[in-house]
This record gives sequence, C-alpha cells and structure tokens, in this order.
Amino acid sequence: MRIRSLLRGLLPGGGAVVAGLLVLGVGLTLSGYDGPAALGAMYRGAFGTRDAVLSALLPRAIPLILVGLGIALSFKAGALNIGAEGQFYAGAVVATWVGLALGSWPRLLAVPTVLVAGLAAGSAWAAVPALLRLRFGVLEVISTLLLNFVADAGVSWMVQGPLQESSHNYPQSDPLPLAARLPGLAGTRLHLGLVLAIVLPITLWFLGRRSLPGLQLRATGLNPSAAEVMGGVSTRWVFGVALVGSGALAGLAGATEVSGTTFALFQNLSPGYGFTGIAVALLARLDPLGTVVTGLLFAGLEAGASAMQREAGVPAVAVYMVEATITIVVLLGDVARRRQLALFAGT
Amino acid sequence: MDPELVTSFLAAAVRVATPLLLAALGETVAERGGMINLGIEGAMLAGALGSALGATAGGPWAGAAVAVVAGLGVGVLFSAVAVHARAEPIISGTAVTLGMIGLTGAVYRHAYGPGGVGLSLPTFPVVPLPGLSAIPVLGPALFEQSVLTYAAYLAVPVLSWLLFRTAWGLRLRAAGESAENARAAGVHVTRMRTLGVLVGGGFAGLAGASLVLAQVGTFAERMTAGRGFIAVAIVALGSWRPGRVLLAALFFGAAMALQFLFQSLLLQVPYQLFLMLPYLLTLAVLAGAVGRIRPPADLGRS
Repeated sequence: MRIRSLLRGLLPGGGAVVAGLLVLGVGLTLSGYDGPAALGAMYRGAFGTRDAVLSALLPRAIPLILVGLGIALSFKAGALNIGAEGQFYAGAVVATWVGLALGSWPRLLAVPTVLVAGLAAGSAWAAVPALLRLRFGVLEVISTLLLNFVADAGVSWMVQGPLQESSHNYPQSDPLPLAARLPGLAGTRLHLGLVLAIVLPITLWFLGRRSLPGLQLRATGLNPSAAEVMGGVSTRWVFGVALVGSGALAGLAGATEVSGTTFALFQNLSPGYGFTGIAVALLARLDPLGTVVTGLLFAGLEAGASAMQREAGVPAVAVYMVEATITIVVLLGDVARRRQLALFAGT
Repeated sequence: MDPELVTSFLAAAVRVATPLLLAALGETVAERGGMINLGIEGAMLAGALGSALGATAGGPWAGAAVAVVAGLGVGVLFSAVAVHARAEPIISGTAVTLGMIGLTGAVYRHAYGPGGVGLSLPTFPVVPLPGLSAIPVLGPALFEQSVLTYAAYLAVPVLSWLLFRTAWGLRLRAAGESAENARAAGVHVTRMRTLGVLVGGGFAGLAGASLVLAQVGTFAERMTAGRGFIAVAIVALGSWRPGRVLLAALFFGAAMALQFLFQSLLLQVPYQLFLMLPYLLTLAVLAGAVGRIRPPADLGRS
C-alpha cells in the first residue's frame, strides 16, 4: 500500500521530468544540434564522474534543497512566497557581515554563528510580508516580490559601500576569514552544508507527520476555514510561522553559499535559486524528503547544462526551458487531480 | 540646480519609465480581469528579442510588430495554462518567465552566435511634438521622446475609457471581482480573462520593443532584468487605474534615473537607497490604504 502510494506520487513527477527533457531534446534537434549528444553531455556533466558529483552537482544542490524546502513549507500553509531570492540575499549579506567580524573566533563557534545570523536575517526579511499580510491584508505575492528588488539594491549598495573589499576596486566583499568558512572536502567544492540539506528535510518531514504543528500546517493549507472552525487552529499564526520559516531556510541557504562555496558576497550571487526553488518544491509535491531528490535533480540539470555548453555548444540557458516545462506539467497534473488532493487548496 | 540638468534627468526618467508604463498598463487590464500574470516578464523578454530580430530584418516598425506578436504568443501560453487549464496563476507565471529566459537566450545565441555580437539596431528616433516640447523644463522631458512613449501616453485614456466606460470593461472587471457572480450574470469569465491576459501580453511585448528600440538600442540576454515584475508593482502602486499607473511608472522611472543624475553630478550618494524607495513606498501604500485601494477581489485565484 505504501509502495503503491509512493509510486503514485512519483509517477507524475517522473513524467514531468521526461516531458521537460523531451522538449529540450526535440527543440535542439529541430534547431540543428545533436540532441541526444547534448543530453548525454548533460548527464555526464552532472552525474558522470566523481568530480562532477562532488564539485558541481552536490554544491549546487545544497542551496536548491534548502530554498526548495522553505518554499514547500510556505506553500503548504497557503503562503505564496516568491521572495526566496530576497530572503537568500538577506541571509548572505548578514552572514558575510558577521563572518568578516569573527576572524579571531574559533571555527567551531564562528561557523554556527554565521549560519544562525543568515537564518535570522532571512526570517526577518520574510517576517515583513507575513506582518503586512496578517496586519494589513497586503497580498504576500506582491510584497515578497517587491522585497526581492529591495534586497537586490541592498546587496548592490553593500558590495559598493559598507562591505566593499579593502582596496575599493571591485564590487564584492573581502574574502571571509578561514574561521567563518564551512569545512569542505579537500580537492572538491563540496562542503558541510550538505549535512544541513539532508538533516533539515528529514526533521521537517518527521515533524510534519508526527507533531501537532505539522497537522495544523496541513489543515491550514488544505482548508483554512475548516481548520479554524472545526480544529481550533489559529490559521493566521500557522500562515505567519510558515512564511517566516521559509525565509529562515532561504536565509540559511544564503549563509551556506557564502560560508561554504563563494567565501565572499557579490551581486548575482544567486543564479535564481529563489525561483528554481519553486520548481524544486512543486516537483517534490511539497514533501520535505522529496525536495532532496528534486533539489538534486535540478542541480543536476544546471550542472549538466554547463557541460552541455562546453561539449555540444548548446547554450546552457536552454535548461530553463526544461525547468519551466517540468513546473507547468506538474501544475497541470495537479489540476487533473485537484478533486482528490489539492496542492493549493486555498487558491 | 541647473534647469538643463533637471530637464535631462526628467527626460531620462520618462525614457526609463516608458517600457515600465507599457507593461504596467497591459498588466492593469489583465489584473482587472482577475489574473496576475508574472509571465509578462517573459513576454517582455520575448518582445525585446522579437523587436531585435524584426528590426534587423525590416526596421523599427517591423520590430515593434514582431514584438507585439511575440508578447501575444506568451500571453496565449499563460492563458492556456492559468486561465483555461486553471493551474495556479502565480506559479504558472514564474514558470512561463523562466521558460522565456531559456528560449530567448537559446534563440539569441543561435541567431547571433555564441558570444553575442554588439548588435546595432535601427531604432525609433526622438520626435519632438511641435508646441508641447517648447514648454520650459517639462516640455523637452515629456515631449521629446520616441513614438512609443507617445503611444503609452495615448493608451492611458484609451484604457481608462475601455475599463470604466464600456460594457466590455464592466464584464472584465466583473470577472475580476468575483468569477462566480460574473458567471451567474452571464459573463463568459474564461473568455474575458483570456482577453485581459492577451492585452497584457501584447503590451508587454511592445514594452520589450521600447526597451530595445527606444532606450538601449541592442539586445542582451535577460536584459529585462525584472522590469516585468516591477510593472506588477507599478500596477499595485497605481491602484489598478491607468491614470495613477502612469504616475507610478514615472515615479519608478525617476528613481531608476537618479543614478545617472548622481553620476553626472559626481555625487557619492549610494543611489541604491533611492532605488529601494519606490518599492518601499508601494508596500506602505498597499498597507496603509487597505479599504480604499483594494485589488480586484478575485485576483490570484484560479
């Protein structure tokens, strides 16, 4: 029974991925590229070698899993958070600022402080739209979107102003001191953030199944008025906590990216994690454990895309068509199933 | 301050505001029908590339025509997914935009080579309006622009009339306020929303053309850089009314043009703080004016 329901959950997602890759393969072949060869290069670039997995796939998956996990959390409560990009940057800026100040601390203390700082900043950034929605009725779709631009301008100001590197030549921060860097696997780009990207989904999955808040979250997303009236759930509270929690995860992702991968803040630090994260969450059907799988998948697509460009001359940017197709197919599949299980019951 | 400098700042503000205004006017129509279309960022990008391809082949007017068609095409895609299949509109819109980033990037590199050459395209010339452009300070800023800016000015009263003075506009707004009630009153909600989205797509395409053919003069990957999303903010700040949307677009344009002014004055002010202003103001307006300014009630519902 469990296996069958698991399969039923996986099949549409698998179909969506196949559809996405088909669109790319056919599109490439029609425009005169060698479609199969390009897809082959893509696969090798993501999963083919030890180096591809450790230095391209996994480091890319860490922020995607964390951001996607957060988006899944907010969507589940019916909060349409499309501002994960801004929350990611809020986390990255504050993590950088704290990290630069902690050079003399022992690593064992400095790294967790940096991560918690990023997490707090992301939460605070998401608390604004939560408050605006609950106190003033401002649609979170619009407010989270707007705050992305504020964050973007903020990063631009930081890297040309208060956080600019010491010589004041380049629009980026000084490199983080060693103490503030997440330990990594020597010779690769993989870092300890991976542990977070595995432990946090498991924790949220467990809480979602076994705890009262998890039940309240599901009830709120499925039918807010029923949860409120019949279940005595404070749906406003659940909505706010889920939105702030999703910001916390996006902020944490920003901190791990700075502390584990780039070691500095600069503009365009995120290649759109906040938006790809939506696809990660959707394809996982908002399931916390699922985001690990789908995060890896999208990281594979993006890591593979660079290989595809190098080896087959196909523009890497074409991979966004695959991501878009996957998202749309999942959405359409959800519409077909809407009477059984609503992904967006509140809308 | 030097009046010439003020004029050149205001002219830059209007030039920067034009694509925002065009996209926001179209989105106003779509949202009045009840659909937030975040795909207009993608429609604008498609319009930008379409205008580059069209202008290369047949001059700026051909470019603008291709851009409108490209924007309409994206509108068709979005309405098929979000209006007809009734998929969640916000996510559908972001997916459409993501897909267009991929498609325009791939087509651009395919058409112009991997590095992407510095295109020089035939652009729309500045056409001073006789009489009006002679008004001191404001005249040259508002009325020494390209024909696309004038088209945007003209669209403001036309769309106002369409939305608030015609039966069509009444039906569209009814679909946006409550699909259920509109249906009960005999309004074809799906058709009205589709039309609203298509108007929005066409305008977004033209917005892309004005970015390429009247402001920048070339195409670059992802060149819209969120302007379609900004248009969604402008619609909210303009409280879903074309006249106020015009003012809101000019305000956003002015905030974005400030950095040029600061650069020419050699001011060491962090212009990014001013860049944040219009967004923060929009949030404040939305929060403070609830009850008076209110989005169409069915907005964002599928």
